[in-house]
Amino acid sequence: MFGGIDPGLLIASLMVASVPIILAAIGELVVERAGVLNLGVEGMMIMGAVCGFIMAVQTGSAVLGFVGGALGGAALSLIFALLTQFLLANQVASGLALTLFGLGLSSLLGQGFVGIRPPATAALPFGALAEIPFLGRVLFGHDWVVYLSIASVAATWWVLRSTRLGLILRAVGENHDAAHALGYKVRRIRVLAILFGGAMAGMGGAYVSLVRVPQWTDGITAGAGWIALAIVVFAAWRPWRALIGAYLFGGISVLQLNLQAAGARIPVEYLSMSPYLITILVLVIMSSGKGKAALNAPASLGQTFHASR
Amino acid sequence: MPMLRLEKRPSPSRFWQGMTPVLAVVLTMIAGGILFAALGKNPVEAIRTIFWDPLFNAQFASYSRPQLLVKAGPLILIAIGLSLGFRAGIWNIGAEGQYIMGALAGAAVGLAFYPADHWFLFPLMVVAGALGGWLWAMVPAILKTRFNTNEILVSLLMVYIAQNILASMSLGLLRNPEGGGFPGSRNLSQYPAASNPELIAGTGMHWGVIAAFMAVIAAYILLQRHILGFHIKLAGQAPRAARFAGVNPTGLVLLCMGISGALAGLAGLFEVAGPAGQISIDFNVGYGFTAIIVAFLGRLNPIGILLAGLLMALTYIGGELAQFMLGLPAAAIQAFQGMLLFFLLAVDLLSNYRVRFGARAEAA
Repeated sequence: MFGGIDPGLLIASLMVASVPIILAAIGELVVERAGVLNLGVEGMMIMGAVCGFIMAVQTGSAVLGFVGGALGGAALSLIFALLTQFLLANQVASGLALTLFGLGLSSLLGQGFVGIRPPATAALPFGALAEIPFLGRVLFGHDWVVYLSIASVAATWWVLRSTRLGLILRAVGENHDAAHALGYKVRRIRVLAILFGGAMAGMGGAYVSLVRVPQWTDGITAGAGWIALAIVVFAAWRPWRALIGAYLFGGISVLQLNLQAAGARIPVEYLSMSPYLITILVLVIMSSGKGKAALNAPASLGQTFHASR
Repeated sequence: MPMLRLEKRPSPSRFWQGMTPVLAVVLTMIAGGILFAALGKNPVEAIRTIFWDPLFNAQFASYSRPQLLVKAGPLILIAIGLSLGFRAGIWNIGAEGQYIMGALAGAAVGLAFYPADHWFLFPLMVVAGALGGWLWAMVPAILKTRFNTNEILVSLLMVYIAQNILASMSLGLLRNPEGGGFPGSRNLSQYPAASNPELIAGTGMHWGVIAAFMAVIAAYILLQRHILGFHIKLAGQAPRAARFAGVNPTGLVLLCMGISGALAGLAGLFEVAGPAGQISIDFNVGYGFTAIIVAFLGRLNPIGILLAGLLMALTYIGGELAQFMLGLPAAAIQAFQGMLLFFLLAVDLLSNYRVRFGARAEAA
């Protein structure tokens, strides 16, 4: 059944397919490590997708498109920060509100942009390196965002593990009262983490509308934000495991697309639902038995912080 | 600069609990007006078209008023179910999927009997609809109780699976064999034994609306008078105390998810056999998600949900009217509904905290 699919091409395309989820998941991972549960990833992604698309079409520059996507996602996350950090609203409900609002607003903003092709994001010119039979395609055949997504994983891992900033962020996420008592600005750190998460989700969304699809349609992210949230749980809040999770997911979605194109006898709808099914399956495995992902969850995750003194 | 300070109230203010939804609606109208103005529409006219004309404009009211119950029915029915779980800290946000599966299960039973004319057919479809939604909700519920899997993510991911099943069914198994190859099932509303008709002409009242009213009354009694309602509230407010009081958390998850799934499934069945008429790729219009807003707008209180459902139905109808009269995009209404939830969450602060003016003793 897989005979017609070149493994090098498969790996290369799964790396591309995973980019939106890696970016969004790394952003959310940092947010959750700071003790905040933002369920609005889907809304921030789709806002990034539409803002990035508009920016890229208007300026003719795909790079500025990604900047626009990051700004769009961060702008929406600012509302979440305001609601949960200053108005002390429930984080679950605020995240849902963000998604519902983002879906509506993005479709409103994108109205004049349906059916347009955005400026292309080309592969980086590695010259002869890209000609190496298998590795060339896998390692040197991508656009800059693919490398950025991997670099963001490495950077997040390093910052969380080996820097003072990472230590403070984790302290705030594990016990906000203790961090507050030590004099750290819990609220400020969390707002910055939320903005970072919004910008990353926005860039991930922009990658969907500028590279993956590439055009604008309503609801273009199709649940990628929810899958990113699931990947954070799968990763037990560790960056490298998020990368593995995203590649696993990317592999499945590329494989099912290839099967669809190859005219497999399984109906298209059942292939399209497979990534969601497998995400659920992975969640189940991770949260039960020896996985015990829940034990790694930041201790203050989702709790409202109000400094009474 | 005058400093604002928040002081936690010992118990939520009853006055503000009642007032915050009203305040949120007013703020949403103002912010929505700004949004509509940015789109180049007259904001006052837009707000009037959405909130006033469907009910009181002589030209449109005769069509719009019945629509109010048609749209509010499913919203209230779903939101009542969701509110029980939300109160207990159980987050079923996949009502949209349960709604689709209820509609599919109910419609499949109806279509299986086509064209027989049995008196029991519609009741049987109702049971199948509730069962379909219940089963779909049992997946996240059992995964949560058995494997401790996050019910928010699973119930939401199940929506995407349900949507794919819906597409597959309306293109395949349930497609109308006499439909000339077009997607979509036979029209149930034209099949008397299986249809959910308007019961009193010109009111929009159908069985789904009656079910919604019954759900409101049942939920009110459950929460006010029954020990189970007390357990639900206790589990949400003080999970540890609930465990000491002998509340079984596993049972509570299964119960709350089950009720909300069954009610969402019922809403789907009533919709597909009545106003929508047939299974088609997009017969669902997002009631399952909007019902989340309705549940919060109604403060998770049955009577509040009744009022919130009617108000949200009004924004649907008024939105359609504004689309038709003013060319306001449908997406603007969706953004408007999302905004309502933002303001609601924002002003909720007032019921749980006291806002004090003046310099604070210590920096935060």
